Amino acid sequence: MIEIGKFIVGVLIVLGSLLSILTTVGMLRFPDTYTRGHAASKSATLGIMLILIGTALYFWITEGYISGKVILGIVFILMTTPVASHLITRASYNNGVALWKGSVRDDLEKKYKQQKKQ
Amino acid sequence: MLDIFMLISLIILSLASIGLLYRVVKGPGVTDRVMALDAIGINLMAITAIMCIMMNTDAFLDIILVIGILAFVGTVAFSKFLERGEVIERDRNR
Repeated sequence: MIEIGKFIVGVLIVLGSLLSILTTVGMLRFPDTYTRGHAASKSATLGIMLILIGTALYFWITEGYISGKVILGIVFILMTTPVASHLITRASYNNGVALWKGSVRDDLEKKYKQQKKQ
Repeated sequence: MLDIFMLISLIILSLASIGLLYRVVKGPGVTDRVMALDAIGINLMAITAIMCIMMNTDAFLDIILVIGILAFVGTVAFSKFLERGEVIERDRNR
């Protein structure tokens, strides 16, 4: 029973690290800041959540106690990483970082011009 | 068998951190560098968790939470600096 649990833990952690390297591939290959932010927030969040779920499961299986700190870390990461990505992407838009040439619509542009006129 | 899984994921996470470090060095804008540093912090949390499992101790589980909080606070402070020009603004109503 413990061996099956350890196998599940190993699979969870390898899946999380594969999602983490998917983040790196996205950061290296996407053309502009906004798509890179898209890659950096979602897959990194899911990857670290899988790894921390595996850690909590490991300590629950082998030692027999549920670690509140790890569960708190999972909830904290789930709440804060998208917020941080949103803030840094909005800062780059307000600094005038250009979109990729192939992007077709920019909904914020009209609103931004209206704000400048006022 | 668990040790082999842990070694594989440590190697994968190290490769991911090296790729993000390339983005930190060469990124065209400041915001790319900040996002890459945030992702490196997240990778560091994962490496700490895996080291916890490999050493079979629960002494480093606090470190995971602390790194997460520090990465969030740093990213928020830097984005506010980029947007407004200062991190803590003066109170004008006083």
